[in-house]
Amino acid sequence: MSLNRQIQKQKPHKYVISKPIDNFFSDIYRVYKFVFRFFKEAFLPPFEFQEIVRQCFEIGYKSLALISLTGFITGIVFAKQSRPSLAEFGATSWLPSLVSIAIIRALAPLVTALIVAGKVGSNIGAELGSMKVTEQIDAMEVSATNPFKFLVVTRVIATTFMVPLLVLYTGFIGMIGGFLNIHANEQTSFTTFFENAFESISFLDIFSSIFKSIVFGFTVGVTGCYQGYHASNGTQGVGKAANTSVVISMFLIFIEEMIIVQIVNAIRPS
Amino acid sequence: MKKHASMIESDEAMIVIRGLEKSFGANKVLRGIDLDVHKGENVVVLGRSGTGKSVLIKIIAGLLKPDKGTVKVLGEEVDKLDVKQLQEFRLKIGFSFQNSALYDSMTVRENLEFPLVRNRRNLSRAEVDSAVKKVLDDVGLSQAIDQMPAELSGGQRKRIGIARTLILQPEIMLYDEPTAGLDPITSIDINNLINEVQQQYHTSSIIITHDLTCAKTTGDIIALMLDGKFFRKGSFEEVFDTDDERVKSFYDYNFIENV
Repeated sequence: MSLNRQIQKQKPHKYVISKPIDNFFSDIYRVYKFVFRFFKEAFLPPFEFQEIVRQCFEIGYKSLALISLTGFITGIVFAKQSRPSLAEFGATSWLPSLVSIAIIRALAPLVTALIVAGKVGSNIGAELGSMKVTEQIDAMEVSATNPFKFLVVTRVIATTFMVPLLVLYTGFIGMIGGFLNIHANEQTSFTTFFENAFESISFLDIFSSIFKSIVFGFTVGVTGCYQGYHASNGTQGVGKAANTSVVISMFLIFIEEMIIVQIVNAIRPS
Repeated sequence: MKKHASMIESDEAMIVIRGLEKSFGANKVLRGIDLDVHKGENVVVLGRSGTGKSVLIKIIAGLLKPDKGTVKVLGEEVDKLDVKQLQEFRLKIGFSFQNSALYDSMTVRENLEFPLVRNRRNLSRAEVDSAVKKVLDDVGLSQAIDQMPAELSGGQRKRIGIARTLILQPEIMLYDEPTAGLDPITSIDINNLINEVQQQYHTSSIIITHDLTCAKTTGDIIALMLDGKFFRKGSFEEVFDTDDERVKSFYDYNFIENV
C-alpha cells in the first residue's frame, strides 16, 4: 500500500461541521497557502528563467494553431449571426463596430481563456499529477531542488504571461474573420472596416481585456498546478487532477469575467 | 557478491535515531525506533509491506516530520533544519526511489544533469558532461545517455535512478525497495551495484527491502521490523537464528515458498 494511500486511509473521520463543509473550507485554506507560496517563491532567487521560457513556448506557441482556428471561426460566426438583426434596422454599417467591441471586450479573452483552460490546464494537471504519484516531485526535493519553484512558479508565470499575448492574437484573428464575412456580404474595404472597428474601441476596453486575460492566465496556471501538485491515488488521481483542473478553471473564468465586467462597466464613462 | 563487515570504515555514527514515532491518523506506523548507522555501513531494514519502512527513510530525508523522537543525520537534527539548511543537507543524501522516479519528460542525460546544474552552478559544460559520463560508467549504462526513461527496462531505470543520486557524491544512500519488481538476475545486478557504490563512494546506506536475498547480499547489519519496531538486529544469521514464528515465516516465505 503506497504511503499516500495509507495516509488517506487513516485520516480520522471527525468533522467540525460536516464532511463537505469542512473539506470546502480546508480546500480554500490550502489554495490560499498555495497562492501565498507562489508569490513568495516567485520573487526569491534562484530564478528558473530557462524553464519559464520553455513553458512559455509550450503554453503559447503550441496553442497557436487551436487559438487561430477558434478565433477565426468566432469572428466569422459572430459577424454572420449579428447581420440579420442589424439589417432589420438598416444598420449593417455598424457591424464592424459591433464585431470589434464584442471581440475585444468579451469574446477574445473568454474564448482564449477557455481554450487554454482545456488544453493547457488539463496538461498541467495531468503532468504534475503524474509526477506526484510517481514520486518525481519527491525525487526533486531530495536532490536539493525546490520542486515548487521549478514546476509551479514557472508554469503559473508562463500562463499569466502568455494568455494576454494569446488574447491579443485571438482578437486580431477574430477581427480578420469578422472582416472577411462582412467584406463578402457588404463589400466593406479593409481600411473602412478597421477604421470603424477601432473608432468604437477605447483604451479601457483594451486595458480591461488585457487585465482580464492576466487574471484568467493566473487562474488556469494556479488551478492546474494546485490540482496536479496535490494529486493522489495513482493513475485515477492523475485523471481526476486533469479533469478537475479544467472544470474549476472554466468555472472560475466565468465568475471572474462576470465580476470584472461589473467593475469595468461601473468605471466606464457613460 | 557477499560482503563482510570489514567494509565498515569507522565507528563514527552517520545516522542516529532515538525513540522515533510516527502516526497517520489513528494508525501508529513507527512505535519507537532506535537505530545507528556507522560510516561505511550498509544497514538493511527488513519487514513486510506497510510496516513503515519507507516512512522511516522519508523521515531521514526530511520528506516527513516525526511525531516524537530524534533523527540525527551527519550530526544535524533533520526536523529542526530550516528550508535552506534542509536543501544543503540533502546534497549529502542520495535517495533511490522504489519506482526510480526518473523525470519522464527528460532524457537520461538531462535526468542526471538536473541535480548537478541546479546545485553546482559554477560547473562548466565539460565538467557536467564528465560527471554524467562517470556516473553512467559506474552503473554500466553509458549507452543509454540519450534515451528517454520510457525506453529503459526496470533494472536500467533503477541503475539510472541510483546514478542520479551518485552525481552529487552523497555521503549517505537511502534505497527504497531497490529490487522490487525485478527478475532474480537483475536483482542480483542491483545488489552488486549497491555494494559497488558502498566501496567506490564510501557511502553509509539504509536499504529498505522485503527481499531476503537483497538483505543477505548487501547488509552489514539487518534490522527486522515488526509492528513498527525493530524486533531483531544483527548479522543476517543472527537475526534469523530464532524459533520465533513470525521471523521464521518471513524467512520461509522468501526462501521456500518463492522457489
